[in-house]
Amino acid sequence: MSDLKEKAIHGLFMFNGLLVVIVLVGIFALLVGTSIPAFREISLKEFLFTARWNPTSYVRTQYGIGAMLVSTAMVTIGALVIAFPLGIGTAAYLSDIASPRVREIAKPIIEILAGIPSVVIGFLGIVLVGPAIARLFNIPNGLNALNGSFLLAIMALPTIISISEDALKSVPKSFTEASLALGSTHWQTIVKVKIPAAASGIFASCMLGMGRAIGETMTVLMATGCAPAMPHGFLDSVRTMTSTIAIELGEVPYYTTHYYALFGVGLVLFIITFLVNMISDIVLRKYQIKVR
Amino acid sequence: MQKLKERSVNRKTGKSQNGNGEPAGPGAAKGKKMGEIVIRTEGFNFYYGDEIAIKSVTMDIYKNKVTGIIGPSGCGKSTFLRSLNRMNDVIDGTRIEGKVEIDGQDIYAPGVDVVSLRRKVGMVFQKSNPFPKTIFENVAYGLRINGVKDRAYISDKVEASLKGAALWKEVKDRLNDSAFDLSGGQQQRLCIARALAIEPEVILMDEPASALDPTATLKIEELIEELKNDYTIAIVTHNMQQAARISDYTAFFMLGELVEYDETSKMFTNPGKKITEDYITGRFG
Repeated sequence: MSDLKEKAIHGLFMFNGLLVVIVLVGIFALLVGTSIPAFREISLKEFLFTARWNPTSYVRTQYGIGAMLVSTAMVTIGALVIAFPLGIGTAAYLSDIASPRVREIAKPIIEILAGIPSVVIGFLGIVLVGPAIARLFNIPNGLNALNGSFLLAIMALPTIISISEDALKSVPKSFTEASLALGSTHWQTIVKVKIPAAASGIFASCMLGMGRAIGETMTVLMATGCAPAMPHGFLDSVRTMTSTIAIELGEVPYYTTHYYALFGVGLVLFIITFLVNMISDIVLRKYQIKVR
Repeated sequence: MQKLKERSVNRKTGKSQNGNGEPAGPGAAKGKKMGEIVIRTEGFNFYYGDEIAIKSVTMDIYKNKVTGIIGPSGCGKSTFLRSLNRMNDVIDGTRIEGKVEIDGQDIYAPGVDVVSLRRKVGMVFQKSNPFPKTIFENVAYGLRINGVKDRAYISDKVEASLKGAALWKEVKDRLNDSAFDLSGGQQQRLCIARALAIEPEVILMDEPASALDPTATLKIEELIEELKNDYTIAIVTHNMQQAARISDYTAFFMLGELVEYDETSKMFTNPGKKITEDYITGRFG
């Protein structure tokens, strides 16, 4: 009897574990299956390496995702450039400098930041960050890549801060003591011993933050202006892959090339995030072996 | 193990000869406990919160001598050692009373630069704690944080320090390997080399060999013997034989108090107090 129960529980847990794999494989299969028809009419080369996305033209439809790829890359990298120093700085402050009381107040606040809906952040982008950027750079409107980067940085910060802080906290106390005993200042100990020792965790936090930024849709849709042209700088309006799918998929006639092409965009996005995760995993493992 | 035993016997006889004959020497001629004082504590109390851990310790530590600190677990010997370079400052809620003077300067006086104090008073910990860096970078760390940029100087200094810690021969061909690739004993000597690189006056050692096997322990002990020519060493040890072998003076701590402090030869042959004798002969502890 209890043997049967044991087996049933075993089966249940295995099913749970497999379910995740099944869902993942299912999504991938759906994306691949639905995007294949698009490539009957679009060459892969045109799709990936040309910049113009104009699927509804009466004259000549164009399906190049180059501009979207560049836009996504710009917004994401911009977000990391802003979030990385801020995140590490905050993490180091919380783990090493802040008094326990400050830490107790600050940590939940940062976690609340992670829970703010992206549409609210996008809202801030339109009414607050946009006008500020417009005034600062003296341009007609502030809905551009910089705005998107800034907002995504805010969204990536909680992830970067809390994982980096955990990594810094788990640096053995003996390293800190050794460093202090050699006559390092507190600052030198943080920068030269603790942060390098926690590098793998900090790296992971940035990769997770990046994953979030690449896939984020609503915020960039609202705050980046959504111009589908190839951007020339951070003050240009951009339209990321996620925005394009979100804008167009609701209105596209089903089972047309345009419809299939949008799934193609989704597939590219999926592959990119998959690669980011895989690379971070490999680097993490390699680094850990070298250090430990 | 056998080798170690033989050694300890030899060393002991050597010591007792010293004690009996008192061969001519600048300190010895003048009598007992002479020599230049490097560290002096006066009425030193130490508290963790409200709990007193060290009670009114007055003790001198002499230049170019090895001072062993022994006592049962929890007697405050490590706390005392860590007070000498203010490593206890990093623990919240600690407080001191009394004085610790190093080279005549009160190290707990307001305005004392703790960073430069720690450069002068190096420390080796119980568990070897190399940084997750290369062997070379571990030793160079202290120089780099002091702002030394001259590469030739750094590499000379690293070599000299590794030689000083009797590790150079074993690692000279793999200075760029991770410090974690070394054995436990080598790691501990690396930590000693790291401390030597910044040229401290005093080296504090907190049970530096307690986690090591007998062969590695022997190497560390030989090294301490060498180092005392250039440095003043205070060493906490759990191991009575070790204290007898390597130290010139021995301090016996119990329940936060300094029970007895004298030349090692006297402490181990003719201690002044019954309780010291009981501890040393292993009747408790």
